[in-house]
Amino acid sequence: MDWTALWLSLRLAGWTVIILLPVAVFFGRFLAHREFWGKGFVEALVALPLVLPPTVFGFYLLIGFGANSPVGQFWQGLFGHQLVFSFEGLLIALVISNLPFAVQPAQRGFEAIALDVREAAACCGMSPLSVLWKVELPLAWPGLMTGMVLVFAHTLGEFGVLLMVGGSIPGETKTIAIAIYDRVQAFDNHGAGVMSATLLAISLVTITITFWLSRRVGQRFG
Amino acid sequence: MLEVKVKAGVPIPLDVSFQVAAGEVLALVGASGSGKSTLLRTIAGLYQPSEARVAVNGAVWLDTGAGINLPTRRRRLGMVFQSYGLFPHMTAAGNVMAALEYLPKPERAAEAARLLALVNLGDMERRRPAELSGGQQQRVAVARALARRPEVLLLDEPFSAVDRSTREKLYQEIRNLRRVLNMPVVLVTHDMSEAQMLADRMVVIDCGRMLASGSAAEVMIDPAALRGVGLREAGSVLNARIVAHEEDGLTRLDTSAGSLLLPRIEGAAGAAVRVRIMAHEVILSRDAPQGLSALNILPVTVLALRQGDGPGMLVELQAGEETILARITQRSALAMGLQAGDACHAILKTMAVAQDNVGVMQPVI
Repeated sequence: MDWTALWLSLRLAGWTVIILLPVAVFFGRFLAHREFWGKGFVEALVALPLVLPPTVFGFYLLIGFGANSPVGQFWQGLFGHQLVFSFEGLLIALVISNLPFAVQPAQRGFEAIALDVREAAACCGMSPLSVLWKVELPLAWPGLMTGMVLVFAHTLGEFGVLLMVGGSIPGETKTIAIAIYDRVQAFDNHGAGVMSATLLAISLVTITITFWLSRRVGQRFG
Repeated sequence: MLEVKVKAGVPIPLDVSFQVAAGEVLALVGASGSGKSTLLRTIAGLYQPSEARVAVNGAVWLDTGAGINLPTRRRRLGMVFQSYGLFPHMTAAGNVMAALEYLPKPERAAEAARLLALVNLGDMERRRPAELSGGQQQRVAVARALARRPEVLLLDEPFSAVDRSTREKLYQEIRNLRRVLNMPVVLVTHDMSEAQMLADRMVVIDCGRMLASGSAAEVMIDPAALRGVGLREAGSVLNARIVAHEEDGLTRLDTSAGSLLLPRIEGAAGAAVRVRIMAHEVILSRDAPQGLSALNILPVTVLALRQGDGPGMLVELQAGEETILARITQRSALAMGLQAGDACHAILKTMAVAQDNVGVMQPVI
């Protein structure tokens, strides 16, 4: 069992969720409530990572963030190490590739809030922050939570993009999914089996918790 | 005092202006799509027409000419939505408290309890909307609308989502509440009976234009208004008082025009009642009729005759201190030789007055 790889994957998954939660709230809410020119294109852009082959996506990130790219050079100047093949590089790749998993369920969650409920909140004199905190977030919560669980589970299993952008540096960019692949390559089926079973258990537990929570929410408002 | 003036061409054509005094109920009446809800939403700041001015007690809420447009949350108003717009995740008390953010936190629960008691929901504080009936949800919405101590109360078809019997109870509740409502109230409805029973004045709207405005009695004799609301809606409202409930199931009422017998009305003797009499249910007779099944025969004087577009005619009648409308054919009026100033008798079948058209007020003590 490669504990370093598991710990790296959990850290990456946790940080991706932490970064994407506020993004999902504001971007999902914006897309749900606003109509603007080019909205369809923006939505398509958000959904793109769903259909783009991970290797293609990883290739563009490698070019875009590489040592010779402006972004890569800016990063190098700022932190003294390159962005690709680093924890931060993986995190940025994961945040972008998981955007649709976070934003789409959040958007559906905010869209499900009836217009008159939002208007009633304004008529009650509630401040915009109060409306978000007391009315919209509790009602959109099932959608937000579904998105976060999807992001967490998907991040643990992400393979192609991370291999392209991160390589497989132990303790730095070698995640659990890549470690499993490594073990299989080394004919260590036992090691791969243990890690696979661990991932399976984590995935099953998270998805069960989500279903249980969303059913409870449904019963409360039913 | 609420002052509204709207003039807009696109996308929704509107040309309406009206004023509502404190304590007054104004009904905006019209078919769906007439623009009446848009007017209400303009007052609330949920819609902005290209040219409009909304002022409340001298303070300007919206003036497109001067570039003033207060956001909804800064307009102190209460609004009851057609499907209530209750917060589904909050209890009844929580819904009311959401509109009490202007109060210090410790005082909110007590104020919410007071407001829910005002709408007779004192024992439902802890229920969520899904656990309340349609009528109860509407009352929570009313309590929430009043919570902000609004300067204007807006009711958007508030009775359309409940059944008939509940509606009658809610009408009564609103009428009773009027004693504590000292702000302008605007009621949007497509239901003429609702407007006549609840409102002091009405504005009839058709395709965004004002067809007529004035008291119910004034609007009812206005042929232009009747074209908007439909001729069969023509009717008058009599103020009456319950005298007694008779053994055969009828209720005897006293009006300034004489006594009326109607199907049983729930209410104590002495209670004030408004009875809506549909113009097409009234029969006129020159002589006092004999041997007729109709129980209500009131002596009246013809005030005016108004000819319509079709074969009908609207006759305005003085009955005691009240005005009654009768819709008869021009042929009958001609045969009877009816003219203004003539004395005759108005006949009304007891059974012709539907339960919907009777409104009981709280007994005056």
